[in-house]
Amino acid sequence: MEVVQIQRNLVDYTKSLFMEGFLDGQFLQLQQLQDESNPDFVAEVVSLFFDDSQKLLNELTIALDQPIVDFKKVDAHVHQLKGSSSSIGAQKVKNACIAFRNFCEVQNIEGCLTCLQQVKLEYYLAKNKFETLFRLEQQIVASGGSIPMIEMGF
Amino acid sequence: MSLLHVFVFGLKVGLLLWVLCCWVASMVSMNWFINGEFKDAKPSILGDTGSKMWFKFSNYSFRIHHQYYQYVGSKRISKTWWRKLLFSWVIGWVLASVLIFCYMSSQATEKRKETLASMCDERARMLQDQFNISMNHIQAISILISTFHHGKNLSAIDQRTFAKYAERTAFERPLTSGVAYAVRVFHSEREQFEKQQGWTIKRMDTLEQDPVHKDDYNPDLFDPSPIQEEYAPVIFAQDVVSHVVSIDMLSGKEDSKNVLRARKSGKGVLTAPFRLLKTNRLGVILTFAVYKRGLPSNATPNERIQATDGYLGGVFDIESLVKKLLQQLASKQTILVNVLDTTNQSYPISMYGSNASDDGLEHVSHLNFGDPFRKHEMRCRFKQKPPWPWLAITTSIGILVIVLLVGHIFNATVNRIAMVEDDCHKMMKLKKQAEAAGVAKSQFLATVSHEIRTPMNGVLGMLHMLMDTDLDVTQLDYVRTAQASGKALVALINEVLDQAKIESGKLELEEVQCDLRAVLDDVLSLFSGKVQDKGVEVINLYHTDSPYLPGPFFLLSWTLHTVFSHESKIYSILQLAVYISDQVPEVLIGDPGRFRQIIINLMGNSIKFTEKGHILVTVHLVEEMIGSIEGETESSSKNTLSGFPVAERCQSWKEFRTFSQEGSMHPFSDSINLIVSVEDTGEGIPLEAQSGVFTPFMQVDPSIYRTHGGTGIGLSISKCLVNLMKGEIGFVSIPKIGSTFTFTAVFTSSSSSSKKYKIQKINNRSNSVSTEFHGMRALVMDHRPARAKVAKYHLQRLGIHVEIVSKWERGLFIISKGVNAINMVLIEQEVWDKGLNGSAHFFDNLNKINRGTPPKVFLLSNSISSSRANTTISSVCNLTVIPKPLRATMLAASLQRAMGDGNKGNPCNGELPRASLQNLLMGRKILIVDDNNVNLKVAAGALKKYGADVVTAARGIEAIELLTPPHQFDACFMDIQMPEIDGFEATRRIREIEQNINDHIHFGEVSVEAYNNVSNWHVAILAMTADVIQATHEECVRCGMDGYVSKPYEAEQLYREVSRFFQ
Repeated sequence: MEVVQIQRNLVDYTKSLFMEGFLDGQFLQLQQLQDESNPDFVAEVVSLFFDDSQKLLNELTIALDQPIVDFKKVDAHVHQLKGSSSSIGAQKVKNACIAFRNFCEVQNIEGCLTCLQQVKLEYYLAKNKFETLFRLEQQIVASGGSIPMIEMGF
Repeated sequence: MSLLHVFVFGLKVGLLLWVLCCWVASMVSMNWFINGEFKDAKPSILGDTGSKMWFKFSNYSFRIHHQYYQYVGSKRISKTWWRKLLFSWVIGWVLASVLIFCYMSSQATEKRKETLASMCDERARMLQDQFNISMNHIQAISILISTFHHGKNLSAIDQRTFAKYAERTAFERPLTSGVAYAVRVFHSEREQFEKQQGWTIKRMDTLEQDPVHKDDYNPDLFDPSPIQEEYAPVIFAQDVVSHVVSIDMLSGKEDSKNVLRARKSGKGVLTAPFRLLKTNRLGVILTFAVYKRGLPSNATPNERIQATDGYLGGVFDIESLVKKLLQQLASKQTILVNVLDTTNQSYPISMYGSNASDDGLEHVSHLNFGDPFRKHEMRCRFKQKPPWPWLAITTSIGILVIVLLVGHIFNATVNRIAMVEDDCHKMMKLKKQAEAAGVAKSQFLATVSHEIRTPMNGVLGMLHMLMDTDLDVTQLDYVRTAQASGKALVALINEVLDQAKIESGKLELEEVQCDLRAVLDDVLSLFSGKVQDKGVEVINLYHTDSPYLPGPFFLLSWTLHTVFSHESKIYSILQLAVYISDQVPEVLIGDPGRFRQIIINLMGNSIKFTEKGHILVTVHLVEEMIGSIEGETESSSKNTLSGFPVAERCQSWKEFRTFSQEGSMHPFSDSINLIVSVEDTGEGIPLEAQSGVFTPFMQVDPSIYRTHGGTGIGLSISKCLVNLMKGEIGFVSIPKIGSTFTFTAVFTSSSSSSKKYKIQKINNRSNSVSTEFHGMRALVMDHRPARAKVAKYHLQRLGIHVEIVSKWERGLFIISKGVNAINMVLIEQEVWDKGLNGSAHFFDNLNKINRGTPPKVFLLSNSISSSRANTTISSVCNLTVIPKPLRATMLAASLQRAMGDGNKGNPCNGELPRASLQNLLMGRKILIVDDNNVNLKVAAGALKKYGADVVTAARGIEAIELLTPPHQFDACFMDIQMPEIDGFEATRRIREIEQNINDHIHFGEVSVEAYNNVSNWHVAILAMTADVIQATHEECVRCGMDGYVSKPYEAEQLYREVSRFFQ
């Protein structure tokens, strides 16, 4: 496959991610932060996000499995998750987290469990999307092309 | 009289009743209240209105009622209760008035009775007296007879003598119509007696049987008396009764009884009343016995009978007697008098008066005529029927009326109270609803604005991105419009939020150190864009940058654009300028944000309505202006910034309290009263709309909205803010000439309390600006003093000595011959345009003068017109254009470029936020605290990108350790929501530690060297939060943070916050 084609694919894919609402402007900002001195910044941050989130999701699952649910703790976890997801621009995860927190506030276990499932779903979806994205980028890099940037001006 | 009396009495009774009913009501309601208190421990807060009209004259009852109406739980019960009370009240008083009526009428009757009795007794007594007098006299006659008739051998009295005497002494006996004397003759002496007298003793019986024919009366017709044991023939008689002479008194049944009784008792004896002979009137006969001399006073009846000589009789004409008597007395018409002989109780004999029996009031007085055997009495009656007891009737009716009125008032009051209570309940309900609605509104606004801002950020960000893509001109225009609208929307949301906060009174002012000059510079830079935009609209010039981008980047780039485009032909004629009196201290304590907001509002309005001329913001101390009020008026009319006439600003503060009461101007020594004027040459406010200018949502007329947009909320917010700053706002506006808004605000001097407030590094900014040009000299060429003053002000802020000249020649003279070398010459655009020849000459000469380095020449340009100048002066080297409005930073930058490096005289396009950020952050050591690894990494990445030296910390406690002085950090970005120690707490602790150390250093307990020679530790801490609501911001300020940036980072905001600290 030609590099140009892959580049176009990448741009289209990124655009589709934005269109479908998986990502928001923050991701672009993140990309802005990546430069020669820090070539893998985005990938690092994203993988850090997934690692962190995996831990948080595990903890959440355990926390909600308790006979007496500590909603404060749950809320703190979800807040973490929301913060990090909004930092990388994973919009759908963030939105799921917002809904989750609302249920936390009213201490609705049913709602929380549903939301946890939702967040997990979004998380895995996002993970897939990001992995695809990075794969495309790696392909471009491997093919010797440069990663097209969606310019984001301030 | 009685009517008046009744009236007054009625009034008194009414008052009494009123007081009484008040008392009753108050007692009752007090009980009610006390009972109610136990039932319900929480009386409702209602009652101010209910009791308003209730018994104002009695404090006590007022209080009681007040309390009573606080208790509204059982309104229904109280209503029925009142009804019952009212009913019993009316009934009770009806009964009472009946009683009063009875009592009063009985009083009247009693009085009448008394009157009658007294009158009757009086009459009886008089009658008795008169009678007694007559009786006495008759007794006297009897003594006379016994003395002169029987006492002498030869009688000294005969019929004629007696008659004459009796006649002449008749006045002594007003009651007797006649007197006669009958002598006692035994049968044995009859013949001799008859012979002696010359008539026979006649009997009376026939006379009694046929007594009526008075006129035909003839004593000779009587039969001679039959033979009896003794006789009592009348021998002497008064002429009136001379017909009884020779008649035997013992022969008459009544008379003989009388005579026998008289001689037995020795006292005057009365007959029963009978018809008198002849006159045919009712009369009585009084009989006295005449005794032989020497009868002892205590003689027995037998002795008396034996000693009797004769009998004296007097005829009393009772009828005429009484009539005569009554006529002598007053008020004879009012009573009827009856005199009765009641010897026989069952059959009283009327002696006088009509016998008409009347069941009315009667009084009986006993009469004593000296005869114990006979009983007489006088009965008196009133002639008229008793009058109606009007007094009683009117009184009781009056009372009744008053009572009914009072009852009516009660009723009306109770009804009214019930009504008011109902209304009040409704009001309370509505009020609660309204309050709830208000709360809901505020919450809604807060939520909605928050919720709107979040997507708006997305919209704006996307638009921003879109603008960077490859768009054609039309698309770009669309996008720009969309972005402008978006920003306007966000601004509007903020305004509405502000208004909501002001309405709920939640707005509080900050107390931080601030530099008004910097604030005003900011505002000016914000608006310069709009002004340019306006100019662009007017002259239809293209340019391709956002009009809303504040700051120097846009301006410079735009200026550049025009400078090199050589296309512009039309002058922009709207100038912005700021002038701050040098009396105003550099650093003040107050709320810069709100001050800025006021200025922005006022300037925003001015810009909206001003097409040409100028907008000038001046800041003075109030004290300065008081001195210069008089001087101001003459100069300002012509001598304005742009030459356009303006509205006299001193008119706008004429009403201010600060000026009217000069004495109260220095309440605290460290308070600084500022007076700020915003003067424009716009179209002014129509006179009819001037009164409502500060009302929220008020606009001159709806068409304004269509022309200029805006909500009309700005001025009302400004007014509230000014009030919060303990100031006043006023304006003067002349249509077609312009408006001047003036407000005062009280700030605090920072000198006295600098330690208490956090030190922002604002000073650094002006310091860093000023040092470079300190001691330089500048020449400003401008023929408008007002404008020159502004230029001078800005140059002086940079530490440059300024001289102002208005003419080329004068300028040249100063440059060449002046004592000190002039480093720079600033020429006003207008001067330049006017005198091109002069300028040529000026430049020729300028080059000739060789006093060291020739002065740099700057053109103070009104942006748009610069291009024209540029065409002319492009040949002349060394000329730098400084776009207006002047601002210290801009000016400094321009000067720096020109003075430092001639080649860099033109600003480059790179001064975008990112570049500026890079400048600002390069080499800064920054701590980022966030518990979220991802966030931490992103933030660190962002700041590193701008060249900052970033240290990260995941917990609040680490941050505190790292930021305990001495340290090398320039700033700290702190996440607010962290486990264990959150951002607020961490900041608070850091500030405490800093304060502690600063204190120690200040008191010399610790050497400054130990703390890197920094005597005042204050690291800039910025909160990082996704929460953009104002409350969070306030909380940040409260715990000692210097500002906040929202997550995720927006370069513009980051720049704005960071630029406050790093210059």
